[in-house]
Amino acid sequence: MTARAPGRLETAVRRRRGRSVPAPLLIPAVVGVVFLVLPLAGLVVRAPWSAIGPALAAPEVGQALRLSLLSATLATLVSIVLGVPIAWVLARSTARGRSVLRALVTVPLVLPPVVGGVALFLVLGRQGIVGSWLDGSFGITIPFTTAAVVIAETFVAMPFLVISVEGALRAADARFEDVAATLGADRWTTFRWVTLPLVAPGIGAGAVLCWARALGEFGATITFAGNFPGTTQTMPLAVYLALQRDPEAAIVLSLVLLGVSLVTLLLLRDRWLGRSGAPIA
Amino acid sequence: MTGTTRLRTAALPAVLAAAVALAACTPTTDDSSATSASSADRGRLAGTLTVFAAASLTDVFGDLGDRLSADNPDLDVRFNFAGSSALATQIVQGAPADVFASANQPQMDVVTDAGLQSGNPEVFTGNVLEIAVPAGNPGSVTGIADFADPDLTLAVCAPDVPCGAAAATVFAAAGITAAPDTEEEDVRAALTKVQLGEVDAALVYASDVRSAGSDIEGIEFPEAEKAVNEYPICALAAAPNAAAAQAFVDLVLSDDGQQALAAAGFRPPPA
Repeated sequence: MTARAPGRLETAVRRRRGRSVPAPLLIPAVVGVVFLVLPLAGLVVRAPWSAIGPALAAPEVGQALRLSLLSATLATLVSIVLGVPIAWVLARSTARGRSVLRALVTVPLVLPPVVGGVALFLVLGRQGIVGSWLDGSFGITIPFTTAAVVIAETFVAMPFLVISVEGALRAADARFEDVAATLGADRWTTFRWVTLPLVAPGIGAGAVLCWARALGEFGATITFAGNFPGTTQTMPLAVYLALQRDPEAAIVLSLVLLGVSLVTLLLLRDRWLGRSGAPIA
Repeated sequence: MTGTTRLRTAALPAVLAAAVALAACTPTTDDSSATSASSADRGRLAGTLTVFAAASLTDVFGDLGDRLSADNPDLDVRFNFAGSSALATQIVQGAPADVFASANQPQMDVVTDAGLQSGNPEVFTGNVLEIAVPAGNPGSVTGIADFADPDLTLAVCAPDVPCGAAAATVFAAAGITAAPDTEEEDVRAALTKVQLGEVDAALVYASDVRSAGSDIEGIEFPEAEKAVNEYPICALAAAPNAAAAQAFVDLVLSDDGQQALAAAGFRPPPA
């Protein structure tokens, strides 16, 4: 994974080659970075900075921001609990049908999120296959609740974690697990005490990706969870609706979301990935 | 429904004649009620006509566009249907449009404030809210007062979009505090929730109920009259095809255009 520290040999080779980047790589890389950064710069340049203070003070914004952070974090936790085992099965199990399983699990990556939201309705909605049973037997209805936000975000974001952790598992040195097995550890003990620590940075990276995707989730959320301030209106929904009425307010809200997610990711990076990330930086 | 179809079929020859007449008298006159059709003028319009229109007009304007191009075989009529605010933004940003039809006055103001209109925008139709319920009305909704019932699952439009502003007016007129479960991003999203049976009722436009078909029932209510949405239309100053633009505006304002709108659930503009 990207977080792995370079070995001594790698570092030595890199030093000898010097720091020059070949032009066929450098030029597209620069164009690519400009392409990615320019729209953000546009937001910053066009932002009505004087309006940021009042926007932050508006209760709806705080509400939406809190809901966004909470639901994205819950969605990430659910994704870790369910997604890491999926990744393990995909990377380590020898059962047949794994490629089919992988394709199924990654479907939400290609599915337009709005369609994902409708699909969630068909299963968990009042008229849905599972939802009608929940409603009839327990009086539980999921749509238009904060739980629906978390479900929609998990549906869309979990594949990012699964793919990322599966990659980490494949890259991890399987010999450690083999040694644990020869010392008498069963597969669960090996997973718990050898595999998990080994791929922890990969899980961290996957969780960050998953969290970021969940934080920006729009289509599945607005379809399945609806939009109500305080209950289901996350920041992306607030931004979209502000855009209908007052594009400046939408820019302000976007910058708030951008700033909060940047700060969070930087803090997490220091916390989780700092040790191995430092020598590269 | 059958009555509607019959009406439309019967009106067609008259519309064709009117469209030809309108095409003939533009752009030298902006008299929209010209009736002196002359077959010699048939097919005078050519090129491409680009109409930017509110999403709720999709079906009706599509029909009217077909009529215009049937009379003018060299004319290619193209539509850009979207939310009015998105369209207004596109026009201000320089999109090459000939005609703009907005679902409310504020979005037309965005265009006129930028001085992009040709002549004054005219209100050509209106739309009122109606209660949409799933077929069979599982929530036993009877009127606007049910929107204050916290036990029902209810959808309205967000206050930021025109149908949500209209909903707020209607609730105020009815003297109720609404208890919606979701504030939808546009009227079609609210309608979808009804079609999926996920809400007991939603406040949408009468024209949406008409277009949705049999899986939705509409309930009219008197307070809807307090919030009639007015739709203005105008040709644009920078129109690449000014003659066709004026012909389309005239067609929409003509009796036949008005009949087509009425058949689709729209109501006549306030006098």
